[in-house]
Amino acid sequence: MGLFMAFITLAAYIFGQTSGYGLSWAGTALIFSGFISLGSYYWGDKLVLLTSGARPANPKKDFNFYTVAENLAMGAGVPTPKLYVIDDTAPNAFATGRDPEHAVICATSGLLSKLDRVELEGVLAHELSHIKNFDTRLMGIVAVLVGMVAFLSDWFMRSLWWGGRRDREGRNNLGGLLVLLGVIFAILSPLVATLIQLALSRRREFLADASGTLLTRYPEGLARALEKISQDREVLEAATNATAHLYIVNPFKGKDFSAWFSSLFDTHPPIMERVKILRSM
Amino acid sequence: MNIPVVLLGLIVLAGFFLWSLYNGLVTLRMRVKEAWSGIDVQLKRRADLIPNLVETVRGYAKHEREVFENVTKARSALMAAKSPVQAAEANGQLATALKSLFAVAENYPELKASQNFLELQQQLGDTEDKVAYARQFYNTVVLDYNTKIKVFPNVFFAQALGFAEEEFFEAEEGERKKLEVKFT
Repeated sequence: MGLFMAFITLAAYIFGQTSGYGLSWAGTALIFSGFISLGSYYWGDKLVLLTSGARPANPKKDFNFYTVAENLAMGAGVPTPKLYVIDDTAPNAFATGRDPEHAVICATSGLLSKLDRVELEGVLAHELSHIKNFDTRLMGIVAVLVGMVAFLSDWFMRSLWWGGRRDREGRNNLGGLLVLLGVIFAILSPLVATLIQLALSRRREFLADASGTLLTRYPEGLARALEKISQDREVLEAATNATAHLYIVNPFKGKDFSAWFSSLFDTHPPIMERVKILRSM
Repeated sequence: MNIPVVLLGLIVLAGFFLWSLYNGLVTLRMRVKEAWSGIDVQLKRRADLIPNLVETVRGYAKHEREVFENVTKARSALMAAKSPVQAAEANGQLATALKSLFAVAENYPELKASQNFLELQQQLGDTEDKVAYARQFYNTVVLDYNTKIKVFPNVFFAQALGFAEEEFFEAEEGERKKLEVKFT
């Protein structure tokens, strides 16, 4: 996180200096990006549930889901999150919410029917750990920063195009170099920011696996569940690019993830690696 | 430097340290008490499910009197328990008695198929889970509290401030003993 903030500060500084607008630019971009992300912070869970078409879980019909979530929340000492079910045969689950008091866990009907109680416990412990570790809040802040970088670089490029530099005096040689640096940064920074964001997301997935295991004291449950889920090749229809990072397993399985380069763009670590780490606990 | 000023400064610092230590320990001790009441709630909930279960099984297996008596006695013991130690012991007895009850139920296929029985079995299983998780949480907070009392430098002041170690909720002998299944 610190590295990310340093990178953004550097990018903002370079953009600001070369365009002559100074640091006020960075401030404006931050505020803009901040407003958008603040909205998603407070209403994000409702939005995701609406777009995914989820229905509230029924204590009688979804007995296993309901009681396992209750039990895990008790073990963790947090209030039970609100539970929802998406009617889709592809097995997956996600958790969202800014803190444990305002948390939501959603599972697909496919997941609830394909996993037994012990495996479901592993999956729900992982999701609950995301909530306990404030991962939604963290990724929300990161999204603000990435958005800010995107805005900055976009405006910078536009200002070059429209020639919006204010002071032209006394900056000839240094100015040229700074402009070049600025252009390079403008092109690369959104990409680098996104890569850092994805790497952070993968890290937090491993952390959620570990925290969940600490809660259940039974890593084999989650390992088996992950194996079962990975064997199911169906694509989750309700997932979109915006919500993909929330799910326990990457919902877009159609893509070819074998190349190392493209694996940098995964929001989740490879399942086999997760299973290996779980079994070594 | 002025010796009295330095001394005063040290006293103020020590005061702040004791203040934050006391508050930290009080918070943790409250959490331990709350976690204990969480276990209590689940044990009571389990005790409440028992009469229903006994009646359902009795409807199909009238002659298994001994088993019913054991379960009912253990349940009364649990309800009457006054201290955590008594509760843990009664809990162990009840668990053993319930195992016998379910073993007996295996002999009655109509009972096993009855919807009522299946639901009760499911609910009882879930309550056992809840008791286990409540105990896990309790032990976790007791660990935090005991650690904070025992680390340096807190260890010197904790007793003076009135904080004693709390007990972990450990498995009772009854629960650890292997169940003997008798086929009569």
